[in-house]
Amino acid sequence: MSTNTYSLSGRKKEVSNKKLTWTEKIYLVAILKGMMVTLKHMFKKKVTISYPEKTRPFSDVYRGKHMLMRDDEGRERCTACGLCALSCPAEAISMKAAERTADEMHLYREEKYAEIYEINMLRCIFCGLCEEACPKQAIYLTKSKQIAKADISRDNFIFGKDKLVMPLEAAIENTKQQNQA
Amino acid sequence: MKVTIDGHEIEVEPGTSILQAARMIGGESVPPAMCYYSKLEGTGGKCRACLVEVSKGSEADPRPMPKLMASCKTGVMDGMEVKSITSPKVLEARKAVTEFLLINHPLDCPVCDQAGECDLQNLAFNHGKEQKRFKEEKRTFAPENIGENIQLHMNRCILCYRCVKTAEQLTDKRVHGVCGRGDHAQISTYISAAIDNEFSGNMIDVCPVGALTDKTFRFKSRVWFNKPYNAHRDCPTCSGKTTVWMFGEEIQRVTARKDEFHEVEEFICNSCRFDHKDTKDWVIEGPRKFEKFSVINQNNYTQKLDKVVMKTEKQILEGRQQDRVKISMKEIPFTDNESKE
Repeated sequence: MSTNTYSLSGRKKEVSNKKLTWTEKIYLVAILKGMMVTLKHMFKKKVTISYPEKTRPFSDVYRGKHMLMRDDEGRERCTACGLCALSCPAEAISMKAAERTADEMHLYREEKYAEIYEINMLRCIFCGLCEEACPKQAIYLTKSKQIAKADISRDNFIFGKDKLVMPLEAAIENTKQQNQA
Repeated sequence: MKVTIDGHEIEVEPGTSILQAARMIGGESVPPAMCYYSKLEGTGGKCRACLVEVSKGSEADPRPMPKLMASCKTGVMDGMEVKSITSPKVLEARKAVTEFLLINHPLDCPVCDQAGECDLQNLAFNHGKEQKRFKEEKRTFAPENIGENIQLHMNRCILCYRCVKTAEQLTDKRVHGVCGRGDHAQISTYISAAIDNEFSGNMIDVCPVGALTDKTFRFKSRVWFNKPYNAHRDCPTCSGKTTVWMFGEEIQRVTARKDEFHEVEEFICNSCRFDHKDTKDWVIEGPRKFEKFSVINQNNYTQKLDKVVMKTEKQILEGRQQDRVKISMKEIPFTDNESKE
């Protein structure tokens, strides 16, 4: 048996060259059928919204821009252990560690801290694995709607500590709220 | 002498310990060892991590040993039967030992330079419990300077005495040791005398935890971000065979080569370890391979693989001639299809 007489996949179809009937030939029925589909969609609910006037509610598990947290005394939590960079599937995170000196005790919580901490926002896929890997609860993905500003330079998408570390005012505010509660 | 460990039989020389016999077998039944070091005499018997159950003493006296034995210090007997990973009693004991070792350990792995190649981390990961019951305060020590190149973190020490034995057996004059007793025991130099012997750097490699670390590598990188290579150089004092840990073009750290049980193959001198951090000093042989589940293999595709030899007949591997013809469809010409159209 030759291969062109049977179908190995079972999906082989015979193409017929059959003549159309008179009703099929004038295409009127087919056009009306198509118009009915169009008409039906005019009365359906719209799937789009007019952004930015209207916005959709965000999911509870939404993950936005990263933030390097401070503890309740305003010290940076990150110790540059490298687990976020290790877990990052996009390899977006890089860091350089440094040793804390005696007069930096109020700035960093641990003996070691991240001197340079960079996230390449062009590489980041916002999967949240860095947040899960962090043993010090230092990195979090916030609910911020602004993920990264549009720019023409690639360098501006590499976010350093100036953009990632929690602002000190926010840390003070947090501590105040915790003390009241 | 014939010993059976977890059902694996092996013929060993008289005088070998159970641990050594288990290491000859390899695999999962090798008990973990925190204080025993085969290259150093007199080590072992302190950490109790290598406890095994001896279910049959010997051929002459088949009674089981009443208690779990430290496998690094117990010699084998003819016909001995040992249960390591197959015994629930042993697993329970290892959990307890791990808990004891971790009582005073600060658990600062994110900060520690040893993380990733730490024996205690491996032990806790493989045999430890996930929660702790110790509520009291951990013992802490003031940081002490013990020399130019070695950083001592006494908080992390598990008092295995390996570094003391290293100093005793590799160097001619030991200046450090364990001072104090019980909870106050600590590794220290006598009146902070600096350790400056040419082979003192081996204490770093020998240390199972991060108590003794390399000051020249301190906080430079994590071990899994480095690329380890086997390298050698002509060294007048030692063999010069090392592993260099590179980050890009830079050599960040030099260590001795460690085998699968994390024991160094050959001790190296301090000038190799601390002073030669230039790629021009070294002849790089190739990537250093680590065991499959090591974190050092992260993003590294050169894994240590043993070659699999199939001892089966050719016919079993390749199949019968008549079946091979069917699979490759030699009888049905491929061009037949095209020529007809």
